[in-house]
Order: sequence, then C-alpha cells, then structure tokens
Amino acid sequence: MIEIVVTVNGKRHERRVEPRLLLSDFLRYDLALYGTHVGCEHGVCGACTVLLDGRPARSCLTLAAQADGHEILTVESLADGATLHPLQQAFHENFGLQCGFCTAGILMTASFFLAQNPDPTEEEVRAELAGNLCRCTGYAPIVDSILAAAASLRG
Amino acid sequence: MKPAPFDYHRPASLDEALALLATDEDAKPLAGGQSLVPMLNFRLARPSALVDLGAIGELAGIRLDDGTLVVGSMTRQWDLEHAPETFPLLRDALSFVGHTATRCRGTVGGSLVHADPTAELAVCALALRAEMVTNRRSIAAEEFFVSVFTTALEPGELLIEVRFPAPDGPTAFAEHIQRHGDFAVVCVARTGDRIAVGGVAPTPVLWNGGGVEPIGDLFAPAGYKADVAKQLVERVSS
Repeated sequence: MIEIVVTVNGKRHERRVEPRLLLSDFLRYDLALYGTHVGCEHGVCGACTVLLDGRPARSCLTLAAQADGHEILTVESLADGATLHPLQQAFHENFGLQCGFCTAGILMTASFFLAQNPDPTEEEVRAELAGNLCRCTGYAPIVDSILAAAASLRG
Repeated sequence: MKPAPFDYHRPASLDEALALLATDEDAKPLAGGQSLVPMLNFRLARPSALVDLGAIGELAGIRLDDGTLVVGSMTRQWDLEHAPETFPLLRDALSFVGHTATRCRGTVGGSLVHADPTAELAVCALALRAEMVTNRRSIAAEEFFVSVFTTALEPGELLIEVRFPAPDGPTAFAEHIQRHGDFAVVCVARTGDRIAVGGVAPTPVLWNGGGVEPIGDLFAPAGYKADVAKQLVERVSS
C-alpha cells in the first residue's frame, strides 16, 4: 500500500491505496464520486475522462498513484449547486444525452476543448468527439449541444 | 480487467530510476501509461514493479539545438504538438495519435519505445533520421525499431531524449484510418526524397519506390494495404 494525496474538485484527500488501483476506481469506490463512468477500461470509450491538472485524462489509464500530488476535476465539479454549467445546460436544452453513460466523459472532454478552441467548427467538434463513444444519440444532438455551449460560453 | 499486483516506485532522479531498474529485471518503466496501462488492465503485461518516470523533470522538455529538435523522452505528445519549435511534419502526425486525452498523458518516448508498427511518431522518426539517445548510447531510428513492440534497447537502458534533425526538403504526412484516432491502417511521412511507411511491416520501413508486401490483418487484407501505401506515397510526393 502507498500513501497518496490528491485534490479532487478542490478538496484534499489522503488515502492509502494499492499501486494497481486505477484512478477511475479510486474516484468511484474510495471517494464515492460515481459521476465518472467506467466503460471499456482500456482507453477507447472515453467515458471515464477527467481533468488532471486541467488537461483531459482517461482515468482508467491512470493509476491513482500517478495522481499523487495532482489536481483532479470530475463531472461533479461542473455545476454550481443547482445551477448547471453552460455545457450541462446546453446538453439539457439540445437533448445531448439519452442513457447518459458517455455524458460525463464528453462534458469533461468538451470543457477542455472549448477552453482551447472557443469557436470551433462542426468538423472540429466531430473530430474531437472521435475519442468518446456514444451508442444512443448518433452524435448529432451532442454536436449541437457543444456548439450551443460554445456560443453560450463566448457570451 | 484490473492489473495484477505490482510494486510502485516514483524516483525523483534519473540515477535513482536506473538503479531501481537495474535491481529488478522484471520491473518496467512507466512513462505516460497510455499503452502500458491498457496492457496491465488486460494482464498482457505483468511486471513485478513499475518505475514511474513522471517525477523526473529532467526527462521532459523541448529545445532547438542548431536546427535539431531535441525532445525529452517524457515530453507529453500534446506539448510537442503545440510547441512553437515543433516541425510541421511532427505537428501534422501528432494530430493522428490517439485522442486529446491520450496525447495529454502519452509521451513522445513512450510511443517510440512501445514500437507499435503503425505509430505515427515512429514513422516520423525514421523519415527524419532521428537519433534515440539513451543512458548508454545514441541509436539511429533505422537500428532502433527491431520488430513489433521490440526495440534495440537492452535491459537497464532507458530512452533519455530524441534528436530530430531539421528536415532537408519538403515534408508531408498522410494516414489512412477507419475512424479519427484509431490505429493507422497505413501512414506515411516524407522528408525531402525520403519516405517512411508504417503499418506494412513489423517496423516502419523506408519506401524503395517499388511498393511494399504487407501482412494483412482482420480489417485490411495485404493487397489493400499495399494499394493504400502506394496512394499515400503519391499523395505526400505531389
């Protein structure tokens, strides 16, 4: 077992973990942050995407030990109490989710993407979404949601 | 789909990392983990210990040295893609490497040492005549890639930095994939009159003008890959 100190959504956590513990399982089972979903567990589906020091990371391809001393943001960080983040609001208004399994990963992917590229084309949004599998929507409403969120965030 | 148990070390210096690797021949260095952690999750890799290189600051960095682009092995792929010093060839190729999330974690050295025969960085390394500098020696890209997932690195040898000489002549990169971010079916990098091809042999190979004889796989038969390679070579040559 090893000692780690990780800041998650602004809160500092000290835990003893097995070296083989994945960050995804650490978030869900040690910290009870079930918003991060686990799909394929080999980096293909993107459902478990979180931000590590502000950049997107597959939490299933990151050991909890590697997060020691770093800052993690999960989907739980987006809303401010009952007020949805503009990305979440856009997904709500544009029917950007059906079953919701992929949504947390897509929201975290999109939050970094829009910070880098505040006014993306539809083609750029689609290229970015290649790293997040959705089996319900056919992507059209997700693309609409991200473009709407981009407009909303630009103000 | 959880890794088998292993010990974990996170040395703060290169010397400490080399000492840890020297004492345990079943230990593996961990760079960004974007290829190794899936292999751990599938239990295809069962190292006794991981030596995490993530805290060794001296292994990351990008600089120009008299026109040669020198990239520390632990430099994240996303950082090389967005660095002002980067060659356009590398920037174009990196946009095909996985996804933003894997490029933000995945390292330049990790991709080269993993030696996937379709890896864009390996193909660029061969096209650019890159030199792989280890703790013991400097290895030319043509000698470095030995076979699928196999390099010339010896036990206890660690990639420190990669030296990409400035290209002599026009450069271009082209790739055929089924979906953006997938492993390439075939990819091609050109510098001047030198063209490297990935996905058609156990290592990246130089185009000799006559074509290639790939091994087919589930998704792309041999003849199809040979045709795609020819098309991509034409595209980067024009």
